[in-house]
Amino acid sequence: MASGQVSKRVKYKSSVKDAGTPGRLFLTLERLMFKPNSPNSATKLNMEFRFIKNHRYTKEGSNKAPMLNLTSSQGVNYIFELESYDDLHVCKECVGKALSKTEETPKPVDTSEVPSEQPSTEELLSRMNMLRENSELQKLHKRFVSDGVLTEAEFWATRKKLLGGNTSKKSKQRTGLKSVMLSDTKPSTDGRTNKVTFTLTPEIVREIFAEKPAVHQAYLTLVPKKMSERDFWSKYCRAEYLQHAKNANAAAAAAAEAAEDEELALFLKPNNILASETRRKIRGVDPTLDMEADEGDDYTHLPDHGIVRDGSKEITELQHELYRRTLSQDLNRHAAVVLQGSPIDEEQLKDTQTVAEALERSKQGQNTSNEEADINANQDRLSRILKMMEIDDLQASIDLPLAPLSIKDPRDYFDSQQASALKTSRDTSIGNDPVRCTLSVEESYASLRDSISHIKNTGLVDPMVTPEVAAKVLSVLTHNISSTKYDIGKNPGLSVLDTLPNTIKEELIYHWTSLQELLRHYWSSYPITTMYLYSKVSRLKDAMSKIDSQLQELKESVQSDLRHQVTLLIRPMQQALEVAMQHYDADMQKRSS
Amino acid sequence: MKFQIEDVTVYFPYDHIYPEQYSYMVELKRALDAKGHCLLEMPTGTGKTIALLSLITSYTISKPQGAIKLIYCTRTVHEMEKTLAELKLLHNYQVKHLGPAAKILAIGLSSRKNLCVNPNVLEANNRDSVDAACRKRTASWVRALAAENPNVETCEFFENYERAASGAVLPPGVYTLQDLRAFGKEKGWCPYFLARHMVQLANVVVYSYQYLLDPKVAGIISKEMQKESVVVFDEAHNIDNVCIEALSVSVRRQTLDGASRNISRIEQEINRFKATDANRLREEYKRLVNGLALSGNLPGSDSWLSNPALPDDILREAVPGNIRRAEHFLHVLRRLLQYLTVRLDTENVEKESPISFVASINNQAGIDQKTLKFCYDRLHSLMLTLEITDTDEFLHVQTICDFATLVGTYSRGFSIIIEPFDERMPHIPDPVLQLSCHDASLAIKPVFDRFHSVVITSGTLSPIDLYPRLLNFHPVVSRSFKMSLTRDCICPMVLTRGSDQLPVSTKFDMRSDPGVVRNYGKLLVEMVSIVPDGIVCFFVSYSYMDGIINTWNESGLLKEIMQHKLVFIETQDVVETTLALDNYRRACDCGRGAVFFSVARGKVAEGIDFDRHYGRLVIMFGVPFQYTLSKILLARLEYLRDTFQIKEGDFLTFDALRQAAQCVGRVIRSKADYGMMIFADKRYSRHDKRSKLPGWILSHLRDAHLNLSTDMALHIAREFLRKMAQPYDKTGSSGKKTLLSQEDLEKMDDSGKQAMLY
Repeated sequence: MASGQVSKRVKYKSSVKDAGTPGRLFLTLERLMFKPNSPNSATKLNMEFRFIKNHRYTKEGSNKAPMLNLTSSQGVNYIFELESYDDLHVCKECVGKALSKTEETPKPVDTSEVPSEQPSTEELLSRMNMLRENSELQKLHKRFVSDGVLTEAEFWATRKKLLGGNTSKKSKQRTGLKSVMLSDTKPSTDGRTNKVTFTLTPEIVREIFAEKPAVHQAYLTLVPKKMSERDFWSKYCRAEYLQHAKNANAAAAAAAEAAEDEELALFLKPNNILASETRRKIRGVDPTLDMEADEGDDYTHLPDHGIVRDGSKEITELQHELYRRTLSQDLNRHAAVVLQGSPIDEEQLKDTQTVAEALERSKQGQNTSNEEADINANQDRLSRILKMMEIDDLQASIDLPLAPLSIKDPRDYFDSQQASALKTSRDTSIGNDPVRCTLSVEESYASLRDSISHIKNTGLVDPMVTPEVAAKVLSVLTHNISSTKYDIGKNPGLSVLDTLPNTIKEELIYHWTSLQELLRHYWSSYPITTMYLYSKVSRLKDAMSKIDSQLQELKESVQSDLRHQVTLLIRPMQQALEVAMQHYDADMQKRSS
Repeated sequence: MKFQIEDVTVYFPYDHIYPEQYSYMVELKRALDAKGHCLLEMPTGTGKTIALLSLITSYTISKPQGAIKLIYCTRTVHEMEKTLAELKLLHNYQVKHLGPAAKILAIGLSSRKNLCVNPNVLEANNRDSVDAACRKRTASWVRALAAENPNVETCEFFENYERAASGAVLPPGVYTLQDLRAFGKEKGWCPYFLARHMVQLANVVVYSYQYLLDPKVAGIISKEMQKESVVVFDEAHNIDNVCIEALSVSVRRQTLDGASRNISRIEQEINRFKATDANRLREEYKRLVNGLALSGNLPGSDSWLSNPALPDDILREAVPGNIRRAEHFLHVLRRLLQYLTVRLDTENVEKESPISFVASINNQAGIDQKTLKFCYDRLHSLMLTLEITDTDEFLHVQTICDFATLVGTYSRGFSIIIEPFDERMPHIPDPVLQLSCHDASLAIKPVFDRFHSVVITSGTLSPIDLYPRLLNFHPVVSRSFKMSLTRDCICPMVLTRGSDQLPVSTKFDMRSDPGVVRNYGKLLVEMVSIVPDGIVCFFVSYSYMDGIINTWNESGLLKEIMQHKLVFIETQDVVETTLALDNYRRACDCGRGAVFFSVARGKVAEGIDFDRHYGRLVIMFGVPFQYTLSKILLARLEYLRDTFQIKEGDFLTFDALRQAAQCVGRVIRSKADYGMMIFADKRYSRHDKRSKLPGWILSHLRDAHLNLSTDMALHIAREFLRKMAQPYDKTGSSGKKTLLSQEDLEKMDDSGKQAMLY
C-alpha cells in the first residue's frame, strides 16, 4: 500500500452473469491492469483511471459476492469479483483515491489554463495508434506520463498537429478578408496598341460591390435587363480608368464623359448610399475621438476668422470636386469594409450574379437589426471609455477574459517566424539591392591596393578580436579536429554518434529526446501565472534534475577513450539544463522576495 | 488612496501613485496657496489630468470656506469628453469614501450643435445653421409672436425649460455632453440653455479654449465666472497659436460680395420697418444716444457673439453720432466695403500696420477710427432691432464689422497683409486681406488679470522659459517634471539613412527625390512586418502625404504594407477622418493591426491618443516646419524678434520640434505602456534641432540611436519589442521607486519627500 499499488486475486466479468476469467488485478493511482491467470486468455486489461467515470461495489452483508464495478467514460462496465470483503475494501479505497486524483489533476484551482478538455474517442484511438507506430514516442510517453511528470493532456497538447485533422474542425473562426486591395489592380497593357485590359474575378467583384454600394445597386437594376454583364463591367472599368488617369485634367475629362453618359455618371459621382451610411456611423462614434464635434464647437471655424493663409492650411482646387475621388478615400473605405468582414462565404464566390444577390440579402438582414445594435453599442462604448480612462498600473490589474489564440501547432508558428525573420534580414542586406558581384580585375586590384596602403599607413591599430578570445577559439577548434578527424575524416557519412557503442548511443538519443520534451514544456510554462503552471514547473524541474544526474552518471561510466566524445555530446544538454535551472532559481528567488 | 499634502487631504482614485504625480500636486498646491499662475510640464503618460483634478477637488473639499471653481479648458470636444470621463472616475471614488459631502456638479459645455436635442434643429448641418435654427425658435420676439399665432414654430424643449424656470437645475454629478443630452431628453428641457445656466453654479466646468480666449465668445459665456476660479489650460503647448487665431480676421472677395448682399437686405428691412413700425428705429436711436448700446438685460436666448475686441479695450462710451442712424451706418459700411474692394484689387503683396491702414481709410473713405471701433456693436444692435433671426445668412457682414472693430481698436501687435494669390498656386487669383494678430499675450491678458490662478500645463512645454515671454505673464511656479521609469518603455530613435544608406529628409530640395520617398516606404514596409498592432505615421503636410502615398501606391510599396496591416488615412474631411480613426481602433482591438497616416499640425496630431496597442510605433517622416514663405508667418517672426528678441530660426525650430514631440508623445498612457518613436530625417541628428525636444524624450535618446539606417532601426525595434514583452516588476526594482502606495507616502518624512521629488 505504501507504494500505492494494490494487487488482488479477482475474477474479471464483462457482465454480472458472466462466469468470469480468474486472474490478478493490479491497481495503482494511475491505472488498473488485469492479467488473466492463463496466459492464452484474451481478456487482458490495461487502462488508465482517467477513463473511469464511476465505480460501484456490492454492499457488505448482502448475500452477493463482493464485486467492484467500474464504468468507463464510454459506458463500458468492468466487473471484478473479489475473494473477500476485506479485499474489496482495500480496492475500494484505492479506486476512490485514484479517481479523486484523476479528477483533480486535470482540474486544479484554475480551470482556464489547463488543457483539461476530455479527448474524444476518435482522438484517443488516434493517440493509441500513434503510440503503437512510434516507439520513440511511446518511450517518451511511458517515461513522463506514467511517472506523472506530465499529464496526458499536456503531453498531447504539443502534438496536436500529429493527431491530424480532427482538431482543425473545432476552430469556429471565420476567415476574414485580405487586407490587400484587390480591386485596385492596374490594367495590363499589351504594349503595342492603346488597349488596356482589366481582369475581374468573383473575389474582386465582391470587393467592388462591398466597397461601392452604388455599383452594386446599379448592377442589380441594370443587369441583365438593360445591359449585358459584359457591357456593365466594361463601363465600370472605363470609369475606373478615367479616375486613375494621371494627367491633371483627368477629373475634367471624367466630368465631361459623365455628362454625356448617365450610367457612367453613376460610377463617377459620390453617392448617397455611402453618405447616409456615414451619417449613421458618425453618430455611433466614440466621443473621445469624435473630431466632428469640434467642428461644431470651434468658434474660429466661422468663415474668415482665424488665420487663413499661413501655410498650415492646405489648398485644393475646387473645380470638378464632385468627380474627384482620392486614393485616401478609397483606402479608408477599403479598410472599413475589410474590418466589417464579408457575409459571403468562399463557396458563394462563383459568379457575379450570385455575389450581388448574396450581398443584397445580407444587407437587408443587417438593416433590420441595426437599431438595437446601435443602442447596445452605445452602452458598450460608454463602459469602454470609462475602462480606458483608468491608468492600468496604478491599481490592481483587472483580468480580462482572453480569447485563446488558435495556433494549431506552436512549433509551426515559431518556425515560420524564424524563417520570415531570416528572409527579411536577408532581404534588407541583399535581396532588394542585389550586390554587384562582378568586379573587373582593375577594380579589385585597386581596392586591394588601397586597403594594403591604408594598413601600411595606419597599421593594424586595434585588432578585430582580442588575442585571448582568438586563442581560445583556436584551441577549441583544433582540439575538436584532433580528436575527431581520425574518425570522421575518412568517412563523411559517419557521425560521431555512430562511432559510439550502440548502448551508449541509444541512451544518449533517449536522453536527448526526453530532455527536448521536458525543456519544451518547461519554457512554455513561463511566465508562471497560475498555481497550475507553478506545480507543473516544479514537477518538470524534478524530472530534469533526474536527467541531469543520469547524464553525469553516463559520462562517468563510459570508457576513457570515448569519454571525450560523450562529454562533447552531453555538454549542450547540460548547458541547456543549467540555463533552465538557473532560470528556475532566479524566478524562485524573485517570488520569495 | 488618500494622503496628506501639507494641510490638504488628497483623495486619489487609485491604489498607487507615481512619484511625479505626487510632486506635480505639491507644486500645484503651492501655486493655489500663493494664488498665482503656474506653468507645469509633465510628460504624457504620467496621468497629468487625474493628478490635477484630484488635487483641485480635494483642495476644495479640505477648505470648504473658500470653495474654488475649476474652469478646465481643453482644445477639443473629444478631449473634453476624456477629461469628464476621468473626472467621473474620481468623483465616484470621492463620493464612495467621503459620502455626499464630496458631491460636486461638473459639466461640459459646447455649442448648440453638440448639445441640441430638438430633431428639427439638428437637421441643419453646420454649427451656424444650428445656431440660426435655434434662434428662429427661441428668440424673444418669435416666442411673443407664437403666443398669438400657434402656427409659429417654437422649441418645446426651450419652452419647457423656461416654464420650469428656477426649478430647472441639474442634480450634482458629472455630466458629459452625452449625459447632458440624455438628461435634457428625459426631462424635456433644453440641455444647451440648461448647461449655459448651470455654468454659473457648477463646481467644475470643462469647455474649449475659445470660451475664455476668444473675446467674442468669452463675452457671453465666461463673463460671470468668479475671480476665485482656477483656470486650467490643458495641452497648452499651442496656446499662443490659439490666442492669435482668436484675434485674426481675413476678408476675401466672397466676403465682400456677401456683405454687400447683406447690407441690401438690411436696407430692405429698414424700409419695411419704417413703413410699419417706425417707432422701433427711433427707440433704438434714443438708446444709442444714451449709450445703452449693449444687451444689458437681453434674455439669454437672444445673445449672440459679443464684441471681438477685448473688454478692457472697449471704451465705455456711447456710439458715435454719425452711425446712430441706421441709414447712416449702412452708408458707412458701404463706403468701407468699397474701400476694401479697391484695396483687394492689388497685384503685389502689401503689408501695413493698423495705424497707417486706419489713416488711409480716414483719408479715402472718410471713416474715422472711432467709428470703425463701434461697427460691430452697432451692427449687433441694428440686427436685434430688426428682429433678424437667420443670423447665419449675415455672417459676411459680421466678419466685415469684426474686422473694422479690431482694426479700429488695436494699434500694435497686428498687421494687415494683402495677398493677390496664394504663394503655392500663383496661377489662381484669390486675393485676401488679412488682419493678423502677432501678439499672443493680447488675447490671454484678461484671463491672467481676472483669475487668481491660471495653470498652463502640457506634455511638451520646452523650452519652458519661452512661454512666459510669449504670453507675457509671471508664473509663481514654473516646473518641468521628468518621468521616472520602471523600465525603458519608450524608445526614441533618429533615422538618418534609408536601407541604401543614403540620407533621408523632407528638406525642400530633397523631399521629392524618389530615393527618399522609396526609403521612407521601405522603412514602413519593414516596420509593419515586425511591430504588432497599431503604427502611426506623421507627415509634414497633407500635400506631401498625398504625394507620397500615391508614389507608394504606384511602386507597389503600399501593397506590401497592406499585406501586413490595414491602412487608414487622415483626410481634410473631419467626418471621414473620424470614421477612419474609429475603424483604426477597431482594427487594433481585433488584432488585425493597422497603420494610420496622419499629418503633423493636423487635427489628429492635436488631440488623439495612440496609447497602448493603438500605437506601438510612431514614425515622424520629416521635420514639421511651418511654411516659411508665408507672409503672415514672416510678419509674426519679425514682431517676435523686435519685441521679444527671439531669433527667427530659433522660433521656427522650437515650433517644429514642439509639433514633432506632440506627435510622438501620444504613444504612452502609463508606465505599463510602451512604444517606439522614429524621427526619420537626417536633420534630427543635429544638436540644435534635437536639443529642442522635451527632456523626457531626450533622456531616452541614446547616443547609439542618433544616426541609424533602416536595418539598424529594425534591429533595435526587434530587440525593444522582445524586451517589452517580458513580465516585469511594476513597482520599480532597484534604486528609486516608481510607484508609491499609501504606506510609502506615509512613511516618508519631509526629507524623504524632498528626495522623491523630481
